[in-house]
Amino acid sequence: MSDTVQRPKRKNPILRTRLPTLPPGTRSRVALGLTAAAAYGRFKLQVCEQCGAVQYPPRELCHACLSHRLLWRIQDGSGELLTDTVLRAAQELFFRERLPWRIGLIRLDAGANVIAYLHARVGAAPCRVRIDTALDRAGQAVLVAVPEGGRLDLSDDPRLREFACDPRGRKILVSDGKSPLGQAVVRALADAGADLIWTGEAEPWKKIAGFEALRALPQMQPVPLDLTDGRSVRSLAGEIGGKVDIVVNTADCHRTFGIAARHGVETAQLEMDINYFGLLRLAQEFAPALKARAADGAANAVAWVNVLSIFALANYPPHGTYSASKAAALSLSQALRAELKPAGVRVINIFPGPIDDDWDQLIMPPKLAPAALAGAIIDALKGAVEDVYPGDVAQDWLARHLDNPKALEREAGEGEL
Amino acid sequence: MNDLHTLLSRVTASGGVRLVDLTQTLSPDFPPIVLPPEMGQCRPFRMEEVSRYDARGPGWYWNNLSFGEHTGTHFDAPIHWISGRDLPNNALDELPVQNFIAPACVIDCSAASHADADFLLTTDHVAAWERQHGRIAAGSWVLMRTDWSKRTDPVAYQNLDDTGQHTPGPDPDCVRFLVQERDVLGFGTETIGTDAGQAAHFTPPYPCHYYMHGAGKYGLQCLTNLDRLPATGALVIAAPLKILDGSGSPLRVLAMVPAAA
Amino acid sequence: MARAPYDDVVLAAPVTVPYVRFSTKSAHWFLGRALAELIAAANIPKARIDGLAVASFTLAPDSAVGLTQHLDLTLRWLDHVPMGGASGIVSLRRAARAVQAGDAEIVACIAGDTNHTDSFRRNTSAFSQFSQDAVYPYGSGGPNTSFAFLTAYYMRQFGARPEDFGKLCVAQRNNALKNPLALFQKPLTLEAYLNARLIADPLRLFDCVMPCAGADGFLVMRQATAQQLGLRYARLLGAIERHNAFPDDPVQYRGGWALDCDELYAQAGVGPPDIDFLETYDDYPVINVFQIEDLGFCRKGDGPDFIRRHTFEAEGSFPFNTSGGQLSAGQAGAAGGHLGVVEAIRQLTGETRGARVANARHGVVSGFGMINYDRGVCTGAAVLAAT
Repeated sequence: MSDTVQRPKRKNPILRTRLPTLPPGTRSRVALGLTAAAAYGRFKLQVCEQCGAVQYPPRELCHACLSHRLLWRIQDGSGELLTDTVLRAAQELFFRERLPWRIGLIRLDAGANVIAYLHARVGAAPCRVRIDTALDRAGQAVLVAVPEGGRLDLSDDPRLREFACDPRGRKILVSDGKSPLGQAVVRALADAGADLIWTGEAEPWKKIAGFEALRALPQMQPVPLDLTDGRSVRSLAGEIGGKVDIVVNTADCHRTFGIAARHGVETAQLEMDINYFGLLRLAQEFAPALKARAADGAANAVAWVNVLSIFALANYPPHGTYSASKAAALSLSQALRAELKPAGVRVINIFPGPIDDDWDQLIMPPKLAPAALAGAIIDALKGAVEDVYPGDVAQDWLARHLDNPKALEREAGEGEL
Repeated sequence: MNDLHTLLSRVTASGGVRLVDLTQTLSPDFPPIVLPPEMGQCRPFRMEEVSRYDARGPGWYWNNLSFGEHTGTHFDAPIHWISGRDLPNNALDELPVQNFIAPACVIDCSAASHADADFLLTTDHVAAWERQHGRIAAGSWVLMRTDWSKRTDPVAYQNLDDTGQHTPGPDPDCVRFLVQERDVLGFGTETIGTDAGQAAHFTPPYPCHYYMHGAGKYGLQCLTNLDRLPATGALVIAAPLKILDGSGSPLRVLAMVPAAA
Repeated sequence: MARAPYDDVVLAAPVTVPYVRFSTKSAHWFLGRALAELIAAANIPKARIDGLAVASFTLAPDSAVGLTQHLDLTLRWLDHVPMGGASGIVSLRRAARAVQAGDAEIVACIAGDTNHTDSFRRNTSAFSQFSQDAVYPYGSGGPNTSFAFLTAYYMRQFGARPEDFGKLCVAQRNNALKNPLALFQKPLTLEAYLNARLIADPLRLFDCVMPCAGADGFLVMRQATAQQLGLRYARLLGAIERHNAFPDDPVQYRGGWALDCDELYAQAGVGPPDIDFLETYDDYPVINVFQIEDLGFCRKGDGPDFIRRHTFEAEGSFPFNTSGGQLSAGQAGAAGGHLGVVEAIRQLTGETRGARVANARHGVVSGFGMINYDRGVCTGAAVLAAT
């Protein structure tokens, strides 16, 4: 019973724009462990180190043996749907606007009861299901049941589709569409069915291979955009800001200097001016319109993607000032996430490892091809995550960062990737 | 009334002396000089609004600016180039101020530059100009009119392709001649550098910078309205900012032109 | 070790502060009026109340302590009972031991809540940590969600039909029509019940209790005190409570009563056949069926059959929720758990407001409360007798 997304009708301009509402977003601190894992697409529950009991809802001590040694571990989510209901009345505005909605009570094989959204393909109780996780529009983890052996495909369910930020049918701004990554992102968005891709170009007098060919894409619309120039950003926002559904901030200034290798701060200032202040300018000008349109019909404003770097997690001294600029951008993106949250617009941060481009030329493989990175961005928009670590190197850094951030700092400090 | 007041009255009254603004507007859209990415870059002109009759400052409007010394219409001092680095009084704050008002010789290369973006001014061209307009006096500005300032599209103004920038300028012999044989004050262009776009490949590279600054001479770039100046007779006022140890600065360049010219 | 009997503990002075759908007053008003009605009904000065048990969802930031000073009581015994619909039973159990031991002489057990236009949403959205973290974010259905789960499961496991639940609801409404204080005063037909709009499948409109403002209360004391005061009273024969029973049941289909039912009747010295009426905690009809089964009136799973074989009006074969229950009288927050106790006292003392059970000698009152996550945690029941 899935229905595919149709191209939305044009909006009637004399009607008031709907305002965004959110599902309940309050969680106890311990329950945020679920969100921490869902942020990067994992379903984890607490498991007692002492007796092995799985805990749900999240709690402070093991329900079986009262041990405090509970660790979050990945779950396969298999279980049985025991009972379900279709809600036709709800207390909160968000749900009232989206009724009816089917939810169920599932007994996990691992031994805990969970309440979850039921994907449209899940049959009547009793039946076997698999529990997966997603971020809802309040940015909190929720559980979703899909049929056993099935994948979580949010696009395939009219309610759950809203948890994703599918580029299909949407109008998207790519801040730098000219770099190799930017071009790959424009192509990938076109393939994913974007309606219109405003393709930002900072220095029109610089000819970059491949950019002219992009113009052949019917969705591609080149726009002047220089993130170092506030007037440029403001001017573009004035023209198109009210129509942008997704911002993909690909703009990146990447140089390969630490502290001692380059005298003076001019190069570092340029990195900061694009990587950090560029984000700030872009956010100041485009965020308000995104927020206002966060509930504006089927092609509403839904997401803001920042292409950061694993070097935002730990400084890679050979690219030391670049790493610092990405760390600054990461911190600022957290502020942006907080400011966009009341509207339910998701900030998605991508942390690629070295990309196969000019500035990572001397880094040994594995390196991420721009097309692969673009694919990861599309996947993130189609899913319900907010932190993405594409490629082997990024996954490795994530694992080391979660395990022991100080050790990662030391290892990166040795110039080890 | 003394001579200066008389002069002023002739400028402000209609007729007599015309003032021509040879300066491009300093704006974020104006193309900066672009070096290979490994090099330090000249900052393009940027404005950050501090307040505009709003909560940040209710009764006033002002901006903070950032730019390189060589952004927009700008002046190059001898210290800017390695060949001039040891000369006395070679930085902006030490230049003799009497050099900020000087006569100008305007050499029209507009047609040739239109036909060939890599046009080079040679000693033959200068000789032909002198036959028509007289010898270039010592202490004059030599301004190379190319009408390049009419290229308002930044792409056309930069005129970059895979082989680099293609803009007109003087060839090495011509520069040496102007320095050694005519003792000019400096060289001025409408393009983004006093040297031609392909000057990196000349011998020596960037000969206008090399020889002019090596001899304590100056440069003016990104000029405009040279087509409103007579070949001779105009007085150019070019007073750069008094920057400590400065190599150059954006500035207002004005020309005083006798009305009859 | 056998539990101590309740000796001569009695319940007296059943009071109800009339329910209203919405009120601008605070819970303090309703609870305070309940206390005022209690001392008026017992014809005692306020100072004679030396014990107080309070249950309320909307008293915050106060607990029983704040209320004590608000009403200027001086007490030897004070308890705040946060067990929702089980608070009535739990309050009377606490109070009974207090008066038996001489720790207090007259304990007022009161429960009440206000209901502002947004109270229900506020209360459900912050009901418990587990529901905040793991239930409310999924549709914000509140108790409708939880009871829909239980009802659907019970129907599938035991073959209950909507008509079965409807029969209880219709009977309770018939009882309510005789209760001038019940909020619902219009008759309910089975057809109307079956065709009402769906709230959370399979629950329909008349399956869901209506929150309101109001209060209920009663006094607990020793028989001698009641006699001195010239009060009518009901005797407490037995009482049980159990919390978090059967935690390994995947879906709740029975409550703690099932564990302690035999002990209840043993303590009381009577059994199900001796019971003349049953007042259950009834925010949704399925929980009625749990209580009928788990309190020994039929076997687990035979509830639907039991319903089909009986009639539940006060004059019927199994008098049940004779004031109309919460489903027809309204749920004044925590007072839902005291409503049954108060009605039982009225039936046993002959001072009924509405429908009367003929020759009522023994009655069972049951409490249930606090769906903290996926099941009701608190249960309790008491056997009361006429003098």
